[in-house]
Amino acid sequence: MSTDGCGAPAGGVSAPATAGSQAVVEGKVTRDGAAVATGYARLLGTGDEFVAEVPLGADGGFRFFAAPGSWTLRVLAPGGLRAERSVAADYGRVTTVDVTL
Amino acid sequence: MSRSDVLVDADWAEAHIGDPNVVIVEVDEDTSAYDKGHIPTAIKIDWKKDLQDPVRRDFVDKTGFEALLSERGISNDDTVLLYGGNNNWFAAYAYWYFKLYGHDKVLLLDGGRKKWELDSRELSTDVPARPRTSYTATEQDSSLRALRDEVIDAIGKRNLVDVRSPDEFAGRLLAPAHLPQEQAQRAGHIPTARNVPWSKAANEDGTFRSDEELSQLYEGDAGLDFGKDTIAYCRIGERSAHTWFVLHELLGLPNVKNYDGSWTEYGSLVGVPIELGEAR
Repeated sequence: MSTDGCGAPAGGVSAPATAGSQAVVEGKVTRDGAAVATGYARLLGTGDEFVAEVPLGADGGFRFFAAPGSWTLRVLAPGGLRAERSVAADYGRVTTVDVTL
Repeated sequence: MSRSDVLVDADWAEAHIGDPNVVIVEVDEDTSAYDKGHIPTAIKIDWKKDLQDPVRRDFVDKTGFEALLSERGISNDDTVLLYGGNNNWFAAYAYWYFKLYGHDKVLLLDGGRKKWELDSRELSTDVPARPRTSYTATEQDSSLRALRDEVIDAIGKRNLVDVRSPDEFAGRLLAPAHLPQEQAQRAGHIPTARNVPWSKAANEDGTFRSDEELSQLYEGDAGLDFGKDTIAYCRIGERSAHTWFVLHELLGLPNVKNYDGSWTEYGSLVGVPIELGEAR
């Protein structure tokens, strides 16, 4: 995984994460049982404040290293598809949020 | 300069696929995006491998830039259309870089790769072969780039715009939330900086907000004095290139510099002042 830039990790996010001291939010996006490989996951704070965005990996996966707290996860995909989930993150924990479009 | 001189939409890009005078370039940090599919005829530039010096912390020098563009088949007369992922962060960085080295005919694709994908427009995996050119760059335009001493001297005098997220600004995070939290030695922000996250300048599909909305954002909401010179920074200089593009290219402010050393440099300097806490 790339650690010295602001881009997406090379090759998507299929490598398993161990939370360590991080507050990890991750999951997969599917539609009709298949991975959604083209699309974006956005992490938003209170009042829709933008926090971060990643392109979905080949397996429909996404991952964020957040601060502890409550967040909104929004997924955008071609064809105007979108979904939203509430999610709570905490240090040392991997919070998994799978999204079906 | 107006918006249409620097920013084009996806329809314009589509109409210029195959135009011999237009070179479409995808700029990414993770170039596996390009390999998966790109705008037809587009070539790629790797933000790290191609644009950064492999040894020192700096970007490639004039000779390196000339060698890169010559090898990629870009000539001085070509119009270069840049786009990329991450809401055009790295494309905006490359845009700034083309301007630094004197390439005037450079455009940014509004919305970048994201809007293109969300529109379900055509992507190709064909890699075009472009004949080699002999590109000549100008000396770096120092009016566009801020170095650390100038930034320290600007505290309390010029507009300092910190374009990172509120959590990074306040010192709660050291990096954007899609990256592991590491890097600079200290968290926080440069004293007197205003926090205007880059994302506020963009719509959800990655396109830029209107000029009126942007003026309101920086001058009205954040209280920047448009009569003063401005320095923008983030963590490594690419998000702030996005904001530099907004302030200098879209809004036409005359003296705007990007501090590409940004927080990974400033937050590791010994003895410089740092502020913590929320934006004022």
